[in-house]
Amino acid sequence: MNRFALPMAVFAALVVVLAIGIRHSPQKGIILSPLIGKPAPPFSLPSLDDPAHAVATQDLKGRWYLLNVWGTWCVECRAEHQMLLEARDTHALPLIGLDWKDDDARAREWLAQLGNPYEAVALDHSGNTAVDYGVYGAPETFLINDQGVVVYKYVGPLTREVWAKEILPRLPAHAAARS
Amino acid sequence: MRQRTIRLTTLVSAIALATALLTTRAWAVDPTELPDARLQARYLALTHELRCMQCQNETLADSPVDLAADLRREVRELLLQGKSDDEVRAWMVARYGDFILFRPRFSARTAWLWLAPGVALLIGLGVCWRIVRGRTALVDADSDPVGEDPPQAPDARG
Repeated sequence: MNRFALPMAVFAALVVVLAIGIRHSPQKGIILSPLIGKPAPPFSLPSLDDPAHAVATQDLKGRWYLLNVWGTWCVECRAEHQMLLEARDTHALPLIGLDWKDDDARAREWLAQLGNPYEAVALDHSGNTAVDYGVYGAPETFLINDQGVVVYKYVGPLTREVWAKEILPRLPAHAAARS
Repeated sequence: MRQRTIRLTTLVSAIALATALLTTRAWAVDPTELPDARLQARYLALTHELRCMQCQNETLADSPVDLAADLRREVRELLLQGKSDDEVRAWMVARYGDFILFRPRFSARTAWLWLAPGVALLIGLGVCWRIVRGRTALVDADSDPVGEDPPQAPDARG
């Protein structure tokens, strides 16, 4: 009896450790962004409305905004689109789109058909800006504060729950009150 | 007749599989050749130790997805700019976090990961030592040299 006590105890301890690990592992597939609390990587990209114009992080300083990475090739983005329109209608904060490796004509068609939730859309044809933001799949949404610092990142289609529980509470009081 | 057909299909699939396995290099995902052989070697080493964030269990070198191609291009450009391997890794970690490294760095959070095998080895050695010592104690009494049977052995049989 005694000779099995120690191995059994070790085994039980291992089971407990692994069970805790499995229980506490964050949502599978979601990787914490190292950007949170750091300045949003600067970019200046052609605008979808007018490619001669630039959408630049420099010009967005001083306001809170959501940077939403999307593409017309992205199925989940279609699923999230309705939520983006609702978010726009709350006027809580502007949405800036980052159209990732997309075809401009298709992107315009998409916004014309489904409605345009964005104040401006930046065109990231090369995908370099998405890489700077550590994007690994669309849609991804970054909440950026008036200092230009990334406050929060959400991977996957934005939902009402995420909007209400993760985004609104992080906004300064006056912006959240308007929604 | 039917059996022969089955055997034939098995043979054909075996040949197909063997061909596929042997020619993998011919359709490797990444055709990059850097101008300098040493840079190319570093490029290959780096892309084999960075994770494709989209497929997560593949390296950048092995993954056919678009994002992996973008990140390989970044590795290539950083190397051509004269960045060191550590600088390339740091560049990737700054964007994608530690998860992009297949070989995690040693830090307070990863200490247990790196030290656990050593600790397990020490425990194993300790257990071995105790067992061996226990058994040695049992044979201590028998002081006859190994390989020399007691002289009376042949007689004992007869």
